[in-house]
Amino acid sequence: MVQANEKITVAFNVNGGDVEIGVTPETALVDMLRDGLLLKGAKRSCDMQVCGACTVLVDGLPVSACTVPAFEVRGKSVTTIEGIAADDRMAGLTDAFIDNAAIQCGFCTPGMVLAAKSLLDCNPHPSEAEIKDYMRGNICRCTGYKKIVEAIQEAARKALQG
Amino acid sequence: MRPFRLYEPTTIKETVARLSELGDDGKLYAGGTELLLAMKTGLLQYDGLVNVKTVPELEGVSFSNSGTLNIGARATHSTVEHSADVIAHAPLIASVEHRVANVRVRNVGTVVGNLCFAEPHSDPGALLLLYEAEVDIASPSGTRSASVEELVVGPYETSLAGDELVTRVRVPLLPNGMRGAYLKFGYHHRPTLGVGAAVSVTDGKFVDIRLTLGSAPPKPTRMRDAEAVLRGAAVDDPAVAIEAGRIAAEGCDAIDDLHGSAEYKRHLVQVFVQRALTEAVERGVK
Repeated sequence: MVQANEKITVAFNVNGGDVEIGVTPETALVDMLRDGLLLKGAKRSCDMQVCGACTVLVDGLPVSACTVPAFEVRGKSVTTIEGIAADDRMAGLTDAFIDNAAIQCGFCTPGMVLAAKSLLDCNPHPSEAEIKDYMRGNICRCTGYKKIVEAIQEAARKALQG
Repeated sequence: MRPFRLYEPTTIKETVARLSELGDDGKLYAGGTELLLAMKTGLLQYDGLVNVKTVPELEGVSFSNSGTLNIGARATHSTVEHSADVIAHAPLIASVEHRVANVRVRNVGTVVGNLCFAEPHSDPGALLLLYEAEVDIASPSGTRSASVEELVVGPYETSLAGDELVTRVRVPLLPNGMRGAYLKFGYHHRPTLGVGAAVSVTDGKFVDIRLTLGSAPPKPTRMRDAEAVLRGAAVDDPAVAIEAGRIAAEGCDAIDDLHGSAEYKRHLVQVFVQRALTEAVERGVK
């Protein structure tokens, strides 16, 4: 049993590197990443798993870091947008977002890119309908959806050629 | 969020003993997709959470030879959606689970947790009611079973005692010849309405019928009066489905809330019962 206010040791892999950090049971994953590890890419926005701005990948699957407790990632691999930015193999995806102007204010972009990576990992050549279906949980308030869909289509196309 | 103690039992026995000890100060924690939202806003406060995800016995989805899908307390919506057994034997469940919330919630939230939180605006309850699913329940004094109807008694309210744990939901497949459909509607991130219909047809007449309704009423509901007018009626008579829709709409306990007025929801029920029946019949023909 872990007492309230007692710290749990969370040993996990983040963006390819092993880390260990102590957190209390109620600490959200997004707070551990932002405040504990200074990875500011995931944003706390709606705080209720609806908007997707806090999206990170846990063992490759997108979750809402605003609500998932930090202790849940013990022994797991977490990918944040910082990990995507540092990974040359991900340049096709991030370049596609830039080249297609799929970014306006940029607040939703880390979540969009991570969700898109997860989609392409399990479905490398999604149809437009499949992209919209998968991405519907990530909200962009600059109304940039069309460009985002086009960016993901281009990333898939280029991966096929490359 | 207010600090809480975290318990991580490794057996069902240990889990229910802990629940018994904590009483009203403790709560089971599975995916947390509903519970933690309520705790963040302060609507619910617990001194201790008991994590079921550290109990290996509660894992996974399996299919038994008797034609039953077993969904363990730890199985997430994603696990169910992508389960080869679910896709092969109950594709309707896979397709409805695929449309629950968004991909992040499905990766974390559990089907059993969803049932036990009893959020009215939700699909799994009405869907599992369509399959006449039952839950297995463990407590310090033994085990028992209950139907989904017996389990969910009102908004955010179940018939579970404080020391009881739903270990799994057992989903019997639809009987031979019966085809199901589930339609949902809404503009919010939670559904405004969900209608399930399962029908079998012989010689152009409805034989077995199940109709269920979720999200519009305070709890998932079987619409038995509407089922009764369909039984024995001609499938190709459009007046029959309209009459079933009317009875379902009149009989349903639709509530006024942010999703709309009760009157508006009754109108939706009328329309969607007809559509769900049509879809279930067409699937049978195919």
